Amino acid sequence: MLVTEATILALAMLSVALFLALVRLARGPSLPDQVIALDLMGTIAVGIITVYAIATQQPVFLDVAIVLALIAFLGTVAFARYVEKRASS
Amino acid sequence: MSDMISALFLVIGAAFMLLAAVGVVRMPDLFTRMQTTTKSATLGAGCTLLAAAVYFGDLSITARALAVITFLFLTAPVAAHMIARAAYFIGVPLWNRTIIDELRGHYDLRTHKLIGHPPHRSNHKAHLGKEVKQNPAEDRDR
Repeated sequence: MLVTEATILALAMLSVALFLALVRLARGPSLPDQVIALDLMGTIAVGIITVYAIATQQPVFLDVAIVLALIAFLGTVAFARYVEKRASS
Repeated sequence: MSDMISALFLVIGAAFMLLAAVGVVRMPDLFTRMQTTTKSATLGAGCTLLAAAVYFGDLSITARALAVITFLFLTAPVAAHMIARAAYFIGVPLWNRTIIDELRGHYDLRTHKLIGHPPHRSNHKAHLGKEVKQNPAEDRDR
């Protein structure tokens, strides 16, 4: 079936993408680099959850994607506030 | 038919997110890295969510997927803007082959507010003979 192969391919590509974002998270020369790597990992995780929902035919997982997108956004905004406050003090 | 569209969107979305991850490793400085994570990764996540919407073909699931897409497309620019602004204030270095930093001198580094044009920068509309208004935020009490 076409969708099954597509989900396997997409999951493989997303795993590589997650690993590459992890490389930037570990290496990132400054704190904002690490924050955007973390943000990217959140977005990739939303994609992985969506692909997994298709692969297991469980649309309930899309709710998890909503929550994860929300948490990733809040985390990024909180980090940005922290970086800026630390710069001004 | 919907299987084919769904599989196509899945692979396209995963490819965009993979490109974003490659870009975040390969790009030379923070601000160029940020454009891959913001645009490409958001488009990729949007494509996979569209694939889910097409695959399940149910109204409530489609609405849910569209809600996630709308949320991602609204929040990604905001988060990227806040991180870029904070990074600019703490002086994250630009790429050594950067040609121009048009924002230099426009920020008051103590209060983090925009000030007008820096004095060394010539007004590029002055040759039109019109009086060009300076930044109105300059004297506004914010």
